[in-house]
Amino acid sequence: MTTRIRAIAFNTFREAVRDRVLYNLVFFALLLVATAPLLGEISIGVQRVLLINLSLSAISIFGIVISIFVGISLVSKEIERRTLYPVLSRPVGRGEFILGKYCGLAGTLLVNTMAMTTGVYVALLLMTRSFTRADANILIAIYFLFLQFIVIIGLALLFSSFSSPLLSALFALSMFVAGSFAADLRGFAAMSHGPEGLLARAASYVVPNLASLNVITRVSHDQFIPAALVGYNTLYTLLYATATITAAVLIFSRRDLK
Amino acid sequence: MIAAGVLVVSMAASFVLVRKIEAVYPSAPMEDVLFISSPEFVKRASLGYSGLLADIYWMRVVQYFGRKHQRESKEYKALAPLLDIATTLDPNLVVAYEWGSTFLDQPPPSGAGDDEAAVALIGKGIRNNPNEWRLYFTLAFVQYLGQHDYLGAAKTFEEGSKVPGAHPWMKIMAAKMLTDAGNLETARYMWQNIYDESTDKNLKQNAELHLASLVVDQAVPQLESLISEFKARTGDNPTSWRDLIASGLLRSIPRDPTGTPYVFQSDGHVVVADWRKLPFITRGKPQ
Repeated sequence: MTTRIRAIAFNTFREAVRDRVLYNLVFFALLLVATAPLLGEISIGVQRVLLINLSLSAISIFGIVISIFVGISLVSKEIERRTLYPVLSRPVGRGEFILGKYCGLAGTLLVNTMAMTTGVYVALLLMTRSFTRADANILIAIYFLFLQFIVIIGLALLFSSFSSPLLSALFALSMFVAGSFAADLRGFAAMSHGPEGLLARAASYVVPNLASLNVITRVSHDQFIPAALVGYNTLYTLLYATATITAAVLIFSRRDLK
Repeated sequence: MIAAGVLVVSMAASFVLVRKIEAVYPSAPMEDVLFISSPEFVKRASLGYSGLLADIYWMRVVQYFGRKHQRESKEYKALAPLLDIATTLDPNLVVAYEWGSTFLDQPPPSGAGDDEAAVALIGKGIRNNPNEWRLYFTLAFVQYLGQHDYLGAAKTFEEGSKVPGAHPWMKIMAAKMLTDAGNLETARYMWQNIYDESTDKNLKQNAELHLASLVVDQAVPQLESLISEFKARTGDNPTSWRDLIASGLLRSIPRDPTGTPYVFQSDGHVVVADWRKLPFITRGKPQ
């Protein structure tokens, strides 16, 4: 089973890497990183803070865009091109197919994120001439951003397992926006009573808790990130991604592909 | 070909016409307009990228202040709201509290001349960053120089001196506020410390300008008293510095810290040649 998933994942990775759009996005993100020192010059006292904020936000935004737009096309493209049928005619389960696709895109994003991380550290070194211990904190923030991508890919795959690419993109994007407000939704639920309160509470737990996966601002001020948060975020992402992929597999398994 | 010509001519003519319309019916200046004035809304709408947005707002503050300052504007309407948004988006953006309060506090045209807004901003900074001793220093600084609230400044210097890592001269300043607050030497001591301690080139430059202005503030009354002394000795007003040099009251033509000779006025007052080079002087400014 793992060999088949690995083969699909590798193919997905290879296909994504061949996509020129992906390179354009990564190039644009790196360009943004490169402009940070220039922007810092027209401000006062925030050169390093701005570099970290701009670089990590660029990694986050472009990573999310890739997660959504490549994620929604993973299944639909295979159906559209009719390349899905030869794959499924072999001893490959639909669950394995979905999981392979998921791992392939996650791998692609991992490589992209690593490339952009190198860009961030090069820019930081050029600006500050040396690294400090606090600079290692940036890696934690980038790790959290990668966890965000893992969550978003799961959602994009889930929506694309039953919906059109356009609607899937809209749903995934909406979940990202709603996920950024998860804490506010919980606050709203705490203030409400009756069915609205219950609904708000349920919604606040269904949408991904993305706010805790964004520590860019804290890292830009060299603030300490507790080890417990790293552990909880990792576990949360694993559970949330498992749930979305399981749902995607269940839906895709029952989908009539004729 | 004709269509292309018509397109170019009609577009060019419409551009000219827009300018004519603007001249007849001017639109409100955009500089002081804030499309979204609620800091909380901007924070929510940032979708977690509040740090980046705070940096952008801070950049806007610097550009806004710079433009207004250059034009010697008397009004800085959007300055306080912009700073409020920037510091709500990133409550740990210490530089925005430090510089922002200076922009707000300095009297026009050097700043907005709004002491209360400056104190409110720096108070917000201390609430969000209680371990930043520099913020206590900035608050005390505004209380001392802006509001002349020496007791309040002494209290703030004292509180700040208790913050771990605070510079020892915070304690000295607290004592000086209670004994010699109105003294030029106290102001010089404070600016010299800012100059020595600061690593920021803008902050250093600002301290240097203040130190130079203090030199003028001290020199102008001394020179004016020499002129009075000359008059008392000779019964006549001096006509130039040379009269004072000839009488032995001065050794050479006195120069301000920029190296330019002080201007001798016929009414016995002494002024600097270009006060824009010494924007913080309180004495020797031409009327």
